[in-house]
Amino acid sequence: MRDLTELTTSWHRPPISQMHGESLPHAAAPFLGFARLLRHHAFAIAPEQVTSFMQAVTLLGPRSMNDIHEAALATLAPSPDRRSEFEAHFRGYFYGNAKPSIEGEEDEETRVKDDRGTREEESRTVRQEKGGELSSALEQLSSRDFQRDADGLGSFRRRLASALPARRSFRTTRTRSRGILDLRRSLSEIVSADGDIPAPLLRRRQTVPRKFLLLIDVSGSMKLHTADYLKLAHAAVQGADRAEVFTFGTRLTRITSALRIRDRDQALARASALVDDWDGGTRMGPTLLAFLSVPRFSAFARGAAVVILSDALERGDHADLETAIRRLSARAFRLSLATPLAGDPRFRPATAALRAILPVLDDLVDGSSVRSLTHFILSLARPAQAAEAIWKRVS
Amino acid sequence: MTRADAEQIAASPEAVAARLAASRYLADDSLATAIFLAIRLGKPLLLEGAPGVGKTEAAKAVAELLGRELVRLQCYEGIDAGHALYEWNYQRQLLAIRHAGEHEIDIYDDRFLIARPLLQVLRAPEQRVLLVDEIDRSDHEFEALLLEFLSDFQISIPERGTIRAETQPIVILTSNRTRELAEALRRRCVYHWIGYPDAAREAQIIMLRSGHVAEATARAVANAVQQIRARPLAKPPGIAEAVEWANAATILEKGGSPWSDAFRRAIGVLIKDEEDLSAIAPELGRIVEEALA
Repeated sequence: MRDLTELTTSWHRPPISQMHGESLPHAAAPFLGFARLLRHHAFAIAPEQVTSFMQAVTLLGPRSMNDIHEAALATLAPSPDRRSEFEAHFRGYFYGNAKPSIEGEEDEETRVKDDRGTREEESRTVRQEKGGELSSALEQLSSRDFQRDADGLGSFRRRLASALPARRSFRTTRTRSRGILDLRRSLSEIVSADGDIPAPLLRRRQTVPRKFLLLIDVSGSMKLHTADYLKLAHAAVQGADRAEVFTFGTRLTRITSALRIRDRDQALARASALVDDWDGGTRMGPTLLAFLSVPRFSAFARGAAVVILSDALERGDHADLETAIRRLSARAFRLSLATPLAGDPRFRPATAALRAILPVLDDLVDGSSVRSLTHFILSLARPAQAAEAIWKRVS
Repeated sequence: MTRADAEQIAASPEAVAARLAASRYLADDSLATAIFLAIRLGKPLLLEGAPGVGKTEAAKAVAELLGRELVRLQCYEGIDAGHALYEWNYQRQLLAIRHAGEHEIDIYDDRFLIARPLLQVLRAPEQRVLLVDEIDRSDHEFEALLLEFLSDFQISIPERGTIRAETQPIVILTSNRTRELAEALRRRCVYHWIGYPDAAREAQIIMLRSGHVAEATARAVANAVQQIRARPLAKPPGIAEAVEWANAATILEKGGSPWSDAFRRAIGVLIKDEEDLSAIAPELGRIVEEALA
């Protein structure tokens, strides 16, 4: 066992050819090879995980292929999203199936895509088959990236963190007034002052900005605006600590980590490559329901300021949309819908879908320009009248 | 119980599974293997899964299997060192200072130290199992603190120096996966994803857990619950809810209602969301009939 351990802890240093050299016990080679295969397919496998993998295999016997399989699962810890891919590699490698066929299970349900699994190389290649007027947001973006802060996004980014609605955290902070006694600090003060009791020190619960969740409609009817919206989303992710961004059209895609890249063009290029359903139809209700049915995602909405950027033109039945919006509003701190249609002064929430969801919306605002949107988002912390009351007065 | 004893108990995955079954927890091969590996490799065990699949129960069963006390640390947003490691009893310290008067007194004595879960486990690693529950609810700062604890199993108290565990304690972490855990944390652990059990296993679990539910009932409940989970609900029922449902239906049936009626009336213990209830209501009769058939 000892020599296996030594080998594997130093395994990232020597080139591969050496690894198959005389120093490696013959039986250990397949396990290293498997780890290498997984790394090649962008699974993050640490050297110590390979060590424990081999230790686990030794501990288990191994009495059968199943033991090796269990050991691999427990120690290499593939994330549940990529489990089927992992299984395919495992079968391909240890059972020698000619080509591991790696296809995500095609299901008729709304597909949910999380950007964590994508590889560096993959995300660098940008979809190129778009042409004509259906040019992707990326192409539109790349043509006018020279005006840096013309759209006011820079100042939006800087002001966002302090402008988001706040909540009280469980952590406390030192304060000079209005707080409870900080016994810990006071006592050490007393001890260091040799028993004298100086002015008591106070602490108070901190306020932290709430989470910010942005849901962007990328369907065909929003084509004119998606480019601007993505820029806004990038500024939001850069500015706020805990912002999450999803796009939806016919599918749901999480693009937050793509937008974490500081450079805007690079971030947007990667985000555009992630989204598969540019300028398609809208299935707003089903995709939002899909969002809510993934516990990990719906947890982003809990207590958050949620802004949906969409025209809410749901084709067909809007029952799903109504359910989804109601559930979302029950989770969110504040739920706002920004629609580009409201840029027109004659706009009234008259469609059946909008009328149905208006009572549960906190805000229904103009989303036709970046300026109006940033202005609105920066005012999220200030109380406002409910959307229904405002629009009743207007109409 | 020493480490050697623990290793003796965990002689093989099958032995672990058998002992778990004796503490009324049915583990599948994969989970039994993960627990076996965690004990033998001396690594923390990270259990992930949807709410209600029995992650916390698994930890309790492991503690029982080793004959150790379970120390539970429930995580929440904003949890910090004072809640997880140790805290001084400041009121008592102040009183002691006043009481001592001119005498010298050590206010950093053991009796002023309040041991929180992590320190409790460090002090008696062979009598306790640490459960860090729902770690995904804590924030990144706490995860980092935990990472340090899990790698060295030591805690530094500035006034007292470093306390180190004599042997490596057994640690179980659970997560509902509401957010991604740090890779460094996943890497240090033996990992297992607990899914919902299949109908046959779930029926076994229901019978084992409830005590007075007939086998036919348990099987019907398991089948119906599988059907209900397949639907897009806001909160799919967990195993605990299924057990409750079987219990409730059995009680109602003893009170004189027919089975299908009893199941329908007891649905409130299975599905606890008004919207889910109205979504499932039209189909419920059919699902129950099919499951009973």
